[in-house]
Amino acid sequence: MAESSSDSAPVHAQGAGPRGPAAWLLQGVLYGLFALVIGVFSHWPPYRHLAPDTALVKLSLVHVGKPVADCRQLTATELAKLPPNMRAPTQCPRERSPVTVELDIDGAAAVRTVAAPSGLSRDGASAVYQRLPVPAGERLLQVRLRDDVRADGFAYTLERRVTLAPAQVLVIDFDAGKGGITVQ
Amino acid sequence: MAASPAGVPARDVRVGPRNTDEVPSRRALAAWRALLHGFDHAFGSRGNPLRQLGALAFLAFGLLALSGLWLYAVLDTSASGAHASIEALSRRPWSPGGLMRSLHRYAADAFVLFTALHLLSELLHGRWRRFRRFAWWTGTALLPLLAVSAVGGFWLNWDRLGQFSAIATAEWLDALPGLASPLARNFLGAGAVSDRLFSLFVFVHLGVPLLMLFGLWFHVQRLTRAAVFPTRALALGTTAALLGLAVVAPVAGQGPADLAQVAPVLALDWFILFVHPLMYAGSAAWTWALVGGGWLALLALPLLPVRGPRTAVAVVDAANCNGCRRCFADCPYAAITMAPHPSGRTGRQIAVVDADLCASCGVCAGACPSSTPFRSVADLVTGIDMPQQPVAALRRALQDGLQALPRQQAPHPIVVFACAEGAATASLATPDLLVLPLICAGQLPPSFVEYALRDGAAGVVVAACRDGGCAWRLGARWTAERLDGRREPHLRADVPAERVCLVEADAGDEAGLARAVAQMRVRLPQINASAGPAPKIHHG
Repeated sequence: MAESSSDSAPVHAQGAGPRGPAAWLLQGVLYGLFALVIGVFSHWPPYRHLAPDTALVKLSLVHVGKPVADCRQLTATELAKLPPNMRAPTQCPRERSPVTVELDIDGAAAVRTVAAPSGLSRDGASAVYQRLPVPAGERLLQVRLRDDVRADGFAYTLERRVTLAPAQVLVIDFDAGKGGITVQ
Repeated sequence: MAASPAGVPARDVRVGPRNTDEVPSRRALAAWRALLHGFDHAFGSRGNPLRQLGALAFLAFGLLALSGLWLYAVLDTSASGAHASIEALSRRPWSPGGLMRSLHRYAADAFVLFTALHLLSELLHGRWRRFRRFAWWTGTALLPLLAVSAVGGFWLNWDRLGQFSAIATAEWLDALPGLASPLARNFLGAGAVSDRLFSLFVFVHLGVPLLMLFGLWFHVQRLTRAAVFPTRALALGTTAALLGLAVVAPVAGQGPADLAQVAPVLALDWFILFVHPLMYAGSAAWTWALVGGGWLALLALPLLPVRGPRTAVAVVDAANCNGCRRCFADCPYAAITMAPHPSGRTGRQIAVVDADLCASCGVCAGACPSSTPFRSVADLVTGIDMPQQPVAALRRALQDGLQALPRQQAPHPIVVFACAEGAATASLATPDLLVLPLICAGQLPPSFVEYALRDGAAGVVVAACRDGGCAWRLGARWTAERLDGRREPHLRADVPAERVCLVEADAGDEAGLARAVAQMRVRLPQINASAGPAPKIHHG
């Protein structure tokens, strides 16, 4: 039971308050323990995010696939059924092809993914983001990308031999302006 | 519960279900109480940090705001300059700026620790039901804001730890559906983090804490005298401990961010950034399920069905309520408002109880001046009362109990008014004792103490919970102040002080309560010999 006092009160209080040097010493120890807990777990134990002698390959791209079908000319009958202000002679589908991406590292399949187009009408970009810890050293990267369901094969390919340093981040991206698949 | 002297039943004295009857684990609660009592030895119950965890979280928030203002004044809010501006402080760790930088980090860790312990304490006490639902929900809703504020702070430094945290957070968020482009693409290569993105970091780290401050205001809205400031000694001690830590172990940067590199080993702040290793150990989806599911489970707790019927709430009797506002001032949960009295007399008011907010603690009945047992009415009706244990029943139980005590065996009878939430009284049953349980010690009108002494008791022991440990928040404090004469209604000054004892006895303090009763038992014959017995009431 805790202790305190109340001299002026018409009660014999058994109250609660620290008493004696032992209590003050214990209080000091507890403050020290509090600081110790904060100080220790604010820095320790160290966290190893990546194994030694490992690099990180990030396969990340955002790309809008080709339309899923060709545009077509509307017939005169079809045009006549449309309101006059909407009689565009060519009709193109909104939906885009999913983007297929494959990555081989030293000939072994590392990534096989098909990214669906975003948006309610599936007319947005497809996005891929994958992080792959890879042993450092010389590696052969082979990247393939297909963005058209109407065509066979891969529209974009890249094969590159790279030397990865430990803890290095290598990014495989897509930039149509730079010719397609890029490695940075 | 109610322990009466052997063969003397405390008639009509029922307090209903206790506040602590529905707890998730009695064993865990008992362990928590043992820890609390251990801390009481060092700090006293009033200064015990484990009894002021919410207030300590407010203190940490205040320290964060003060140190944060300092840091914001020197922070270069550009992606390229941020690290250098903070690193300049770290190079002079014992300068005011360096200390503020370390204090900011350690106060953030303390904020998380206090909040987690506060949540644990409330969880162990089962404090999410009924009148506590609002505080539970508003508090739980603040947890994501706390996480965002705390994690976002590491990004502003834009060192390797900040880089790791920003990328890990982005990868975690990318697991959620609905994002057209992965957020992690913002951190793909050198130069990817623009000043514009960095401005967003700054905005998040300033805006979300402001939102949190607003939420904290909501969190304590339905509490009377919410404890947002710890006791002065505790505030000084805690601040000194954090400052001392800043001096002994200043926070150092971990090198500037470099998106072309991964920092393989990091000195991680486990209080705040634990979720990142959790994600990399499992998966983003798994971590969302764990963290998000846990949070939703906390939010859903108040929706669980409550066992048993709802406890009766306080009832106001218009004929006996004179609008004195004492119950309004004392209610721990702001459940009482004042309204014009139905009598229509100009300026007269009446207390009105909001049943949804009422905790059924009875503190209002103890505050009501009409609750005095000295009123010469056969059927004692007070201004505001608890239907499950009205003051009339308490007076009747006191009268009958004292009459029934075997005077030959007990020449110096003692009445114990005991809070049902506090120390159990079953082991006290002896022929010279009349134990009357109360919903809360604050339910006891102080005049009952004098009434008991005048009605045959040689001494009175009032058992309340420890200071700062009242199950209903303010009952123990109001009881002490009323008995001390510092709060209305107060115990009259001419009541012999040596015959009255206030014992602070939590659940688990049974030995202490028994010791206080034993001391009273030893004292009373000496008092009677020197001063004679207390004057008696003659019942008509």
